[in-house]
Amino acid sequence: MRFRAKIVDLACLNHFSRVINTIAKLAKTCTLRLTVNKLYFILSDRVANGGVSMWCELCQGNFFDEFQMEGVAADNNEIYLELMPDNLSRALKTAQSAKAVKIKLTNKYSPCLKVAVELPSLSRSSRIVTHDIPVKVIPRRLWSDFKEPSVPDFEVSIYLPLLKTMKSIVERMKNLSNCIVIEANLSGEMNLKIETDVVSVTTHFKDLGNPPWASEDECQSSARGRDLQSMAEARIDIKKLQQLLAGQQVNPTKALCNIISKRIVHFILLHEDVSLQYFIPALA
Amino acid sequence: MKCIIEGGNLSLRAASASRSAFASFLFAPLFFQRYEPGPPGARCKVLMKSFLGVFRSLPALDKSVERCLLLLRLRAGQLVLQLHCKHGVTRTHHLAFQECEQLQAVFDTQCCASRLRGPAQVLAEAVVHFPQTLAEVTLGAGAGGRIGLRSHLEEGSEPGKAMVTELWLAPDEFQEVAVVPGSRITFCLKEFRGLLSFAEASSLPLTIHYDEPGRPAIFTLDDPLMEAHLVLATLLDPESDSQPPPATNGISYPPAPSDDFTDGLESYMAALESSACEGEAGAPPSPTFSPRTPCPAESDRMEEEDGAVPGTPPHKKVRDGH
Repeated sequence: MRFRAKIVDLACLNHFSRVINTIAKLAKTCTLRLTVNKLYFILSDRVANGGVSMWCELCQGNFFDEFQMEGVAADNNEIYLELMPDNLSRALKTAQSAKAVKIKLTNKYSPCLKVAVELPSLSRSSRIVTHDIPVKVIPRRLWSDFKEPSVPDFEVSIYLPLLKTMKSIVERMKNLSNCIVIEANLSGEMNLKIETDVVSVTTHFKDLGNPPWASEDECQSSARGRDLQSMAEARIDIKKLQQLLAGQQVNPTKALCNIISKRIVHFILLHEDVSLQYFIPALA
Repeated sequence: MKCIIEGGNLSLRAASASRSAFASFLFAPLFFQRYEPGPPGARCKVLMKSFLGVFRSLPALDKSVERCLLLLRLRAGQLVLQLHCKHGVTRTHHLAFQECEQLQAVFDTQCCASRLRGPAQVLAEAVVHFPQTLAEVTLGAGAGGRIGLRSHLEEGSEPGKAMVTELWLAPDEFQEVAVVPGSRITFCLKEFRGLLSFAEASSLPLTIHYDEPGRPAIFTLDDPLMEAHLVLATLLDPESDSQPPPATNGISYPPAPSDDFTDGLESYMAALESSACEGEAGAPPSPTFSPRTPCPAESDRMEEEDGAVPGTPPHKKVRDGH
């Protein structure tokens, strides 16, 4: 099992740090899956996480100048590691002016991801900062716990308004209630609602547009033949939504959500080579 | 935390509650436009919080304040701070001061085996790589005169749980590297960061004097008009011999006291009780401007005079407001 990678380009490095920062905001520990072409950050659906799960996928070729990996076996050419993304985020935070960042899987005393940052200095030689981030290697028999989630059979899929706008609204609503109702229909309308004993607040969005994929995809049967005006709704923990909106640093070019009534809200943020999926279960 | 202001040359001193850290800033009379020394031994102790409150928001003060007057009114028990601002505005702060004792750490930089001198910026840029939550850092001399900084993990913390950060600096980043090869010390990062931010802002070179683990490390900033010292307790190296290191600083250690003050700089700190500001006129002020070395004899004398409970060299992690 081997892994080493190198980033030289500053723009790539900053982009990579932003992705890691986003993940660090969403998950205390997560699984890093390495394959020949891709990196995945996975938070699997566990009750301890409040049932929230995350799937973030990056193409290594768009970030790394060098990327060598050798999996557990030739027929299972992958590596699964458990780590605290905050450690990685902290290691990259002070690497913003780095000449190069190398990441390597080591096992000196215990398994670690060694992040070596080469920084410019006042002397001839550059400064090298290394961070040993403890990781746990996940054995092959547990890999099946980290399967890619299939796109759920949603009733409504809709593009989200500007995340900044949504964030400021949700942050205000958070002061009033612990849960929020997201509802949307196939005519590009979405409402964010809170209801308490003393106050009801609703923010209406319109002309958001519905992604076309619902009609292309065979399995999205629930959305087909649906009344365009009828709302699908789910009540979710407002903190989880706020965490996603406040923590995301990928500045997605496309953001959308899929609603399965009373079950789950599935968020997808897309930015060129990065895709982040986030699942928030509905409250009873 | 208290701040002690003392006459003669104006000096500001403070020690952490656990006495693991001591800081002193000594200003030459020339630092000020005008300086009238008070009676010998004049000093007062004010709350750090109220003192700092006067100088809050430095950028605003820089723009508006033309002169600042410090006045020690011993009889009234007040320290008066007057800020003369533009447009004839004068802000006066009266800080009541408390009963006072002399606060002095006994240390001698000349007796330290290792010395490291360099721009504060180099070390300031080095410590930013360590997490804010990290309590202590280990500074060590590596091969080829390289200087390393490494996260110190708390005793009992499980290996393989916490992130370990390490950084090496080439000797040519420093002005002087006279360190014992293989030597290393572990000290609190918080106080060190504090001194570095001051040193970086005033772009003064920083000198680190250190000896064996468990002996205090002394950080000094030199300026013709101002001298700053930070004395930090260092951890005893658990991997090295568990015996306390030999006294190389001219101080002999009395047996360990029975109370709990076993950490920090107790043995180096002579807190001379002297009621208010009377008497003790000849109490030796130290650190002095020049010559820089309080001779060992003087150190001994201060220890005798002190009568405070001496401690043992620190061997435990110091919990000081972290």
